[in-house]
Amino acid sequence: MSMLTTMSTGNMQRIGWAVLIGALLAAPFAIHSGRWMEFIELTLFAALLGQGWNILGGYGGQYSFGHALFFGTAAYLQALLQYKLGWSPWLTLWIAIGGSVAVAAFVGFLSFRYGLRGSYFALVTLAFAEAFHVLSRSLVSVTEGGRGVQLPLNQDPEQALATFQFTFAGPFLSEAGYYYTILIFLLIGFAVTGWLNHSRFGAQLQAVREDEDAASALGIDPFRVKMSAICLSAGVTSLAGIYYVQKFLFVDPGIAYGPGKSVEALFAAIIGGVGTVLGPLLGSAFIHIVGEFAKETIGAMLGDRPGVDLILFGIILVLMLAYMPRGLVGLVELLWRKLITKRGGGNA
Amino acid sequence: MDFLGISLPSYSLETVFGSAISGVFLGAIYALVALGLTLIYGVLHIINFAHGTLLMLAMYAVFFLWSVFGVDPYLAMLIVVPGGYLFGYALQRSVIGRTSHGRDEIILLTTLGVSIVLENFALFAFSANERNVQVPYDFDGIDLGVVYIVWPQIAALVGSLLITAALWCFMRFTDTGKAIRAVAKERQGARLMGINVEHIFAVSFGIGTACVAAAASLLAPTYAVFPQVGYLFVLIAFTVVVLGGMGSFVGALVGGLVIGVTEQIGRLYLGESLGLITISAIFILILLFRPTGLFGQRL
Amino acid sequence: MLDVSSLTKRFGGLVAVNGASLTVNEGEIVSLIGPNGAGKTTLFATIAGFLKPNEGSVVLDGQDITGHKPHEICRRGMVRTFQVVKPFAGLSVRENIAVGAHTRIAGREEALEFAGKIAAHVGLTPLLDQSAGDLTVAGRKRIELARALATQPKLLLLDEVMAGLNATEILEIVEIIQQIRDSGVTILLIEHVMQAVMKLSDRAYVLNYGEIIAEGSPVEIAHDPKVVEAYLGHGASERMKSAGGADA
Ligand SMILES: Nc1ncnc2c1ncn2[C@@H]1O[C@H](COP(=O)(O)OP(=O)(O)OP(=O)(O)O)[C@@H](O)[C@H]1O
Ligand SMILES: [Mg+2]
Repeated sequence: MSMLTTMSTGNMQRIGWAVLIGALLAAPFAIHSGRWMEFIELTLFAALLGQGWNILGGYGGQYSFGHALFFGTAAYLQALLQYKLGWSPWLTLWIAIGGSVAVAAFVGFLSFRYGLRGSYFALVTLAFAEAFHVLSRSLVSVTEGGRGVQLPLNQDPEQALATFQFTFAGPFLSEAGYYYTILIFLLIGFAVTGWLNHSRFGAQLQAVREDEDAASALGIDPFRVKMSAICLSAGVTSLAGIYYVQKFLFVDPGIAYGPGKSVEALFAAIIGGVGTVLGPLLGSAFIHIVGEFAKETIGAMLGDRPGVDLILFGIILVLMLAYMPRGLVGLVELLWRKLITKRGGGNA
Repeated sequence: MDFLGISLPSYSLETVFGSAISGVFLGAIYALVALGLTLIYGVLHIINFAHGTLLMLAMYAVFFLWSVFGVDPYLAMLIVVPGGYLFGYALQRSVIGRTSHGRDEIILLTTLGVSIVLENFALFAFSANERNVQVPYDFDGIDLGVVYIVWPQIAALVGSLLITAALWCFMRFTDTGKAIRAVAKERQGARLMGINVEHIFAVSFGIGTACVAAAASLLAPTYAVFPQVGYLFVLIAFTVVVLGGMGSFVGALVGGLVIGVTEQIGRLYLGESLGLITISAIFILILLFRPTGLFGQRL
Repeated sequence: MLDVSSLTKRFGGLVAVNGASLTVNEGEIVSLIGPNGAGKTTLFATIAGFLKPNEGSVVLDGQDITGHKPHEICRRGMVRTFQVVKPFAGLSVRENIAVGAHTRIAGREEALEFAGKIAAHVGLTPLLDQSAGDLTVAGRKRIELARALATQPKLLLLDEVMAGLNATEILEIVEIIQQIRDSGVTILLIEHVMQAVMKLSDRAYVLNYGEIIAEGSPVEIAHDPKVVEAYLGHGASERMKSAGGADA
């Protein structure tokens, strides 16, 4: 109790982060159920998607409805360059990130140059994602079309690291290799958003989100800031695409550019709390727990039919928008402040 | 001709003309779907992402009325149009209106949330299977020489024109229509004049949904219904509305026809799947270069 | 320091600013006054790069900046505030001011610290950790001023920073503005509060229907019949003279 009141919020936050990251790093040693590890892995994956979206949407206030664009472009590059040209995944990874960022620069340049804001920006990103969806389905000679790209499974433990595939990577890595991949990617995402909270660029980005005119009066070039944000956002999102391809060894137009990934990113970030470092992880964890719970209960009652979880997510999203626009992080902060004032009052 | 390494076939003028004609019929349906969307935008300044999902639900209603009760899809209009109105009215009042304070992308998100709920409800309740309404006059029609047009297509064209005309008259000549236009033009002023703006919002949303329900009836004989069908249509409807000018009825009609024809000709030259890119391309280009559309005026 | 010559800005058919010319010398406080809708804010916006002029030029420190982007102009040392205040509502007061500070200061810690100093100058210290969205009108006006000041400008354009304030608050702001000038910042201000204009300005310009109709010391301006007419309507100065109470 005295610790709670004497420690500064900054220190408390630092300790919180250390505990969280420590727990995530140690998880494979503590949890031996494959099903639960899989569950956590998917949670981190959605958190990464959400974090990518959050950089542009949460910090920059530019709500994209087509973030699949950046996920899908990275996924396709990562898959196709290995599949068609036999390049190393450790090389294609950089091209996947670069390609995603290039697409972001293209879309961003057009949208921001022509002053698209708000819903219009959301719709134009959606339209770009849809255009890429159609292209990836149609340009069969390049993308294999609707059949998708299936990468060969490496079964040689010697080659596990070289092929960036962990299924046959020996006792420990076959269990935890993909988990640590997504964890590292997510930590990169955390690092980027953490930097946004403590840097000039982050401050300028948030200023642009709040008011573009005021920002430009204060010497900020909104176009340049938004361009940087969309590229950064795409870079982080592209990591999710790389992970996906290495893990599932497969990508097709629907997975890459369909609305699913864009919506997953939105859900995690908005339910968790936009413009916060922890929001997307919190949102993703909440969604996955609710989804799992729904499958266990409603699924058991009515038979395992698709759709139940998304119905719930949709309802949660709408409720959040109506009553809790700051998301779960906002809720936690509120509760935390109440707790602190109560304890502080009791001490005095 | 060549497009991204795919060589384009060359067609006779008749074939192209035939495509254009069937594009007009397709476009009429697009126009009808877009009509409700443009009305809602014009009055509430809301981009309703759930519009396609509402179409999907109405198509299911038409389908079940036909398969369970044997109701002809066109007759079903008498039920689904009022039903759509009530549903839309309630949806605006109880859900969308509640978040409509604040930024426009938040409202867009709300309607996205609603569409996710409804789409997955359909998936949950009706499964992903495609379902078709079969009517005896399915394949009867008239041969225009360059293209064969079936009666359901003709009904859709005529129906779209009639409904657009009816809506236009409604907005001009009825008190409710005038109130809607007043709200669309000057929200605060209308409120001062004693118009119940919240009610008018919901009425407009209801009428928009009723339009989409009418479209569902006209679509049912020629289109299969499945949970994601709304997503296909909502993108097209956005394109039509943006092209025609947000909030413009005439724009929706013209935009619908333009998109229908472009899509058909695009499919002819680029193939069934790549042809769809014409829609996204038009959408992006219009948003970037002429966001007010062709008829950028208000209702 | 600032030379505006024959600036014209049209909105469709409406000529909001019509061939306006004005000069501001280093170290001065110059006021721009005029009735509502005269085009003062539009003139500011055009000078600061928010609107492209149809004709005329803006020269800052001998360099032509006509049509430059607002952020470029800010970096050259001229910054404006907004009559309709635009706080970054989601950020704290300190963070708001730090955004301005970042124009010249790269480091986050340094910018936040500098923001604290600026806040002390304008009397915002007690509110530093509050959300800018929660502030009163007076607080918001001060944020506008503080943020602009934090960019370390040579020339400050203030658009009605006293509107909506009570008498005590106005006195405080007047004092703050004097201190800012004493610290070496040149000031051009739009103001309706005449008592403040009289007290602060070295010179004043009067804008009416987009045109500069008078220029001079505050006292000269106050006695200029054209100005009185602009404010009170045609024939007003005649009427006032014949009523014998012209100085009221
Ligand atoms: N963006 C715009 N588009 C069209 N007209 C405008 C625009 N901005 C201003 N105006 C018009 O230009 C004229 C000058 O407006 P401005 O705001 O510059 O006046 P002002 O002198 O600042 O008035 P006030 O003292 O009320 O602030 C007004 O008639 C106004 O309606
Ligand atoms: Mg003004």
